[in-house]
Amino acid sequence: MFDFCADPALLDTFPWMACYLTTGKQMMFYESFLVVIALLAVTAPIALAVGFGGALARRSAIAPLRWFGIGYTSIVRGVPDIAFFLFVPLALDQGLEYVRHKVKCPDWDMPIRQGNDFVVCAAAKLPQSSAPAMVHDLYAIALAIAAYAFVFGAFAAFVLSGAMNAVPRAQLETAEAYGLSRRQITWRILVPQMWVYALPGLSNLWMVLIKATPLLFLLGITDIVYWARELGGMKTSAYAYAHGDWRLWYFLALLVFYLGMTKLSEIAFERLSQRLSRGQATLAGMSQAKS
Amino acid sequence: MSCIDVIQTYGLRSIGLGERLLPRSDFTLCDQFVLIGSGMLWNLYFGIAALFFGFFASIALACARNVPNRFIRKPADWFIFVFRGSPLFIQFFLFYQAFTLLPREGLSLNLGIVTLTADTSWLTRAWAGALIVLFLNTTAYAGEIFYGALRSVPKGDLEAADAYGFSGWKKFRHITFPTMLRLGWPAYTNEAIFLFHATTLVYFSSFPARQQNGDALYYAKYFADKTFNPFIPYPILAMYFILLTLMVVMIYGAIYRRLNRHLPSNARRRLRPRIAMIR
Repeated sequence: MFDFCADPALLDTFPWMACYLTTGKQMMFYESFLVVIALLAVTAPIALAVGFGGALARRSAIAPLRWFGIGYTSIVRGVPDIAFFLFVPLALDQGLEYVRHKVKCPDWDMPIRQGNDFVVCAAAKLPQSSAPAMVHDLYAIALAIAAYAFVFGAFAAFVLSGAMNAVPRAQLETAEAYGLSRRQITWRILVPQMWVYALPGLSNLWMVLIKATPLLFLLGITDIVYWARELGGMKTSAYAYAHGDWRLWYFLALLVFYLGMTKLSEIAFERLSQRLSRGQATLAGMSQAKS
Repeated sequence: MSCIDVIQTYGLRSIGLGERLLPRSDFTLCDQFVLIGSGMLWNLYFGIAALFFGFFASIALACARNVPNRFIRKPADWFIFVFRGSPLFIQFFLFYQAFTLLPREGLSLNLGIVTLTADTSWLTRAWAGALIVLFLNTTAYAGEIFYGALRSVPKGDLEAADAYGFSGWKKFRHITFPTMLRLGWPAYTNEAIFLFHATTLVYFSSFPARQQNGDALYYAKYFADKTFNPFIPYPILAMYFILLTLMVVMIYGAIYRRLNRHLPSNARRRLRPRIAMIR
């Protein structure tokens, strides 16, 4: 990075640190922070959409759909989320390969589960073994996003269905009196009003999502935890930058990163909640109108 | 091997009793049920111990946040901020690293005449090290819950206590504390459920599972890796945890009813774990 970095062994503490913190490996560590933020940005809307669907399913007039919505949300809540992070990617991968196998190799006569193996024809493999490494990485990340969306979708469904129940009955009854249909009531009266009730729960959920991102490490993705362990481990003098076991400091840096993230989100949600409660028939909305 | 044999062989495998070798092939449903159930012992141990110690510490923490003295209040604020604002997974890694940095042969305190040696190696073992992290974590979360409850104790109750001449410890013991507990209990139930779920993280962070003595999720993953079939071990794990969650709700519900027993029956509220409140 800098010109004076040619021979790190001769440097003083300060320039040594400057050189050390700008090596290629360190840069990959910094990039993995962006991966975490990108994951949050992609997962949050997907989980919210899944949650919205789940909340509508829980209120549905069609009984099987309602049972599905209630079952899905209750099971996810009763079981540790890590179990789903381990289960969903594997199950989804096998499910997709099974479907592709059925479509692409209809004349395959061997069983798919042979003892402890899961065997599908070569054409059904996902991703194809000839695909570049990039595709394999992206596929792993897509599976991880699906797992997060599955778990957090259930939580979001809880929050949103609670918010839908919190919308004053009188609003819905007035709409009925005006002759609006069930569908119109949902989309024109219920959905626009529920967000202010959902906000505290959703902000809490966002914090939980932030705090769940280090679990990416368990899915075998080279994320910040992976790099912290990798770079922090003791480096002997065989390496250009020799140092002792610095994993404690690396994890301390991660801790500070997460504290910053949650603190910033807290401030942002505080602002948003003030903005959303403007003009609402709630205590927060009334006190804004007075001042 | 019949199922009774499997229970005798592997029933206490997770705490190091019984057969050393885990089953390697021809896994039966019974194998999976027994080993994952055996792993639940660790989840129960971590959850119950952390909740027990954390309960007292969190009440002390909630009271510390409520005192006017800044030198007591600020550290309590910071403790809660740090442990609630960061992921438990990172906390496990951080504490494990800190514990391994303690001198291998133990800390020596030289007191002039005698030298005290404190053995520290047990801190890197899961049963102690992970318990400390879980304890600190649940203390912070429950401390926040009880602080909120403490702030919403009705003013009238406290004024009535003053009028009756209650003060200090007596007022806290008979008026503030029971009301605070009652107000905070539904949210605290939720925290207990999530703490039990969090115990599955222990063997997936740095803490090693010595001699393959792990918790329920550790064994579930073992089976899923060996058989490459996630559709059997994980649903078994889910079943165990749903049972555990129901038991927690039942026990906490019974305590909640006892806390509310003086209220007229129509004013009593049933304990419904607050769903919108996620940890």
